[in-house]
Amino acid sequence: MTSNMRTETRRLVEGALARLDALSASRVIRKGVYLGALLFFIIVILIPPIIGILLKWNLIGETLQNPSQMAKAQSAILASFTIAFTVSFLDLLAGLPMAWLIVRRRGRWVSVIDTLADVPFIVPTVTLGYSVMTFWSGPKGISGLLGVEYLFSPGPMLIVLLHFAFSYPVIVRLMVGEFQGYNQVYETAARTLGAPTFTAFRTVTMPILKPAIVSAFLLAFSRSLSETGATVIVAGTFENGPVFIRNARRAGQEGPMVLVSSILIGVSVAIFAAISLLGPRLRFPSKKVWTGLEWRLSRQNAAIAKDALTLIVFGLLVALPSLFVAFPSLTGLFDGTLQTALRGSGDWARFWSSLLTSYVVGILATFINILIGFPMAVIVARRKIGNRLTAIMDALVAVPVIIPSVALGVSLSIFWNAFGDLPEFWILVLAHTTITYTYFARPMAAAIQGVSEELEEVGRTLGSRPFGTFRKIVLPLTKYSIFSSAVMVLTRSVAETGATVAVVKQLQTAPVLLVDWITHLETYGSSTVGLGILFLVLMASISLLAIRLALRRAR
Amino acid sequence: MPEVRLVEVSKRFRRIKAIDDLNLEIRNAEYLCVLGPTGSGKTTLLRLIAGLLQPDEGEIVMDGRRVNDLPAEERDVAYMPQQYALFPHMTVLDNVTFGPLSRGRDPAESLRAALDVLKLVRLDERADAFPNELSGGMQQRVALARGLASGAKLMLLDEPLAALDARLRVELRYRLKSMVKSMGLTALHVTHDQREAMIVADRIVVLRTGRCEQVGTPFHVYQRPDNLFVANFVGDTNFLEGTVSKIDSTGAFVELRGGLNVRVQETSFLADERVVLTIRQESTSVKAHGWEGINALPGAIQAIRFLGDSLRIEIRLANGDEVGARVPLARAETYPRVNEKVVVSFKPPDVSVYSTPLRGLAKEIEVI
Repeated sequence: MTSNMRTETRRLVEGALARLDALSASRVIRKGVYLGALLFFIIVILIPPIIGILLKWNLIGETLQNPSQMAKAQSAILASFTIAFTVSFLDLLAGLPMAWLIVRRRGRWVSVIDTLADVPFIVPTVTLGYSVMTFWSGPKGISGLLGVEYLFSPGPMLIVLLHFAFSYPVIVRLMVGEFQGYNQVYETAARTLGAPTFTAFRTVTMPILKPAIVSAFLLAFSRSLSETGATVIVAGTFENGPVFIRNARRAGQEGPMVLVSSILIGVSVAIFAAISLLGPRLRFPSKKVWTGLEWRLSRQNAAIAKDALTLIVFGLLVALPSLFVAFPSLTGLFDGTLQTALRGSGDWARFWSSLLTSYVVGILATFINILIGFPMAVIVARRKIGNRLTAIMDALVAVPVIIPSVALGVSLSIFWNAFGDLPEFWILVLAHTTITYTYFARPMAAAIQGVSEELEEVGRTLGSRPFGTFRKIVLPLTKYSIFSSAVMVLTRSVAETGATVAVVKQLQTAPVLLVDWITHLETYGSSTVGLGILFLVLMASISLLAIRLALRRAR
Repeated sequence: MPEVRLVEVSKRFRRIKAIDDLNLEIRNAEYLCVLGPTGSGKTTLLRLIAGLLQPDEGEIVMDGRRVNDLPAEERDVAYMPQQYALFPHMTVLDNVTFGPLSRGRDPAESLRAALDVLKLVRLDERADAFPNELSGGMQQRVALARGLASGAKLMLLDEPLAALDARLRVELRYRLKSMVKSMGLTALHVTHDQREAMIVADRIVVLRTGRCEQVGTPFHVYQRPDNLFVANFVGDTNFLEGTVSKIDSTGAFVELRGGLNVRVQETSFLADERVVLTIRQESTSVKAHGWEGINALPGAIQAIRFLGDSLRIEIRLANGDEVGARVPLARAETYPRVNEKVVVSFKPPDVSVYSTPLRGLAKEIEVI
């Protein structure tokens, strides 16, 4: 590009931005943008996931009068909430020390652990389910190593282990961010007042970080409550809510499916709303101090033992079970499978094409979410529609992540297929936009909240128009959050399986193809499947590595 | 040049009336201080004028134009919040050019204006620094430079010196006023520090629960407080409650409880009317021995406080009322000690008289 062209392009861009700045001075235009974002949210994000349920609401009656179906539904719902609660609690217990270790310990090994902690997040969920099952329950896994047939047979225990593994990075990632932003001066003050490190953490740090801890718990809770694809693999004959819904759908019983979906959504929204309202009043037990015990727990030996236990739990319950399925790929590297894969012949042509589809869909969904999620994040962060409505919107933004993914997929499919002429590719893009919306809008709202409103106010009194203030002040100060949320959306979209299966008929994304390969393992061979998974994980790892490098540079 | 008028302006936040039917005029090129306790509506007043809040009732008029609906960016004011709100991702120079560029001025001209004001605040050599690399005093000067460079004629300064240490605060308060004055700007300076307001203001507005208690020059507000709240909030004042016992052509006698008598020059009260007398502590004398009687009240010293340049002597009068006297440090040796009996005296012209408020003295003068 010549310098003239560059100057001309720059002039055009500046002219366009100046025009947008001028337009933003109009209150009508500003309200129009916010209204557009709200309408998009309601029409594209909120209604499609629940439309399937609303349209079939009349089928609930039959199920309510069928005692055996009701009993099964009740026990599945109870199992879902029990598992979600247990898993989230255990994840907090294991994730908090890990986040602490990542932030406070020094050394290169910490970076490795930091990266490894994200693995369950980047492995496609169905693959993760298969990996966890083969690790705990297969003859080649830990059961074989211990010489028993099944250490854990498919069922509730294996679901807990699976959910523990995939919810773990959610807690660790969120708490690492919080610990990094936490001002250690409070902890130092507590220690100079005579509190040992454990007491300082329990009585000062934890209560200060309470909102983040509650929010991490809720995220893990909702992930556990909604996950379907991987749970089906490890559930055996046991049914929790999502498995019940999936089985009911397969059996053509729409009534029970609608009933259980509505109860799961209703109760989850109620729990979210209750925690949002009661959260501020929730008190951690921080007044009583067990001096002797807490002094012992604060000693260096105890700290080393705690770190060792944290790493053992992480290695045994998270890292190894998540990566186990990729081990056969090591064979694939040497037995010629790699060459076949790179040539793209045979089944690998389908693989590369599905991987391309996954990323194109993911990038488009990310782009749409940035464009539409931003105004919504501003609405929530700056309470543009009043306190109460904003609180309701904030809770509703979480709806796509609390609906069981199979129910979400079915519902999205019903909604978008009603527009007969819409190509399947665009249905998939819109579905992924819905599925990943929360992952952009929520963190962005939090990031914008972190930018003092005073900066914007000063900018405006200095003559800057609303859009100008936004792009010159808010945008630069949140650019790393935008980047990391966008990569989170992309990663989630690329790894999504449960809902995608329900939405598409012809198109194949990489995780959907891998499910097909896993279920026909004898046909494709373990080294092909392992290598396919390895490629997918590698691509996602590169994205995550990019975020980490960018964030490090920013700091 | 701006002349700002607030006409019967009110602003509510849910049930709380932050500004209550306020009338105020800010004259062209004056340095007006808004003085009031925490929660008196000082910042709300500033934000209303800046256009960051809209009044629920009343009118804000700038240069004869009603600006209630005019957005902040079109009001031609520069708002400087308490913590300065420097843009952390921009250098000092970028912060200072932000205003002129946003107002559509030519980049070269904006740069020139920015460098000029940076020179004025003596920070031209730190133009490439980021805000977090500067001390508190430097940040304050950058914030001021940013406001000056924007070309705004009205500076809205919210506790501009509160975040600085005591020494720097004293030094910068003079410089702040002289810079604003030398550029012919109008400034509205919000503070809860009465000494700061006395020193920098051309006029002072005393606010309380969103209402204007008094407007006037620092001398006028200090010497002739309109009411008991102002008398208490501005300066150190003694309050004595009593009843008008006798009135003549040159003044009146007020009887305090315990039969103590005070002569005042005020004649506008009625006999037997309940009144509150106020006497500034620096107009109150303390002697170890002397005649006791009218305006010479017996008491005993409760405590002596060292204030650096003076002493504050706290005395309990024979009737149980408590008063204080501010006395020069140079004569400290001659003063009695704690628990010694003394006579507290003051001159009739130094005594102001107010009607006893219906809700009681304590409620009337409380600042929280």
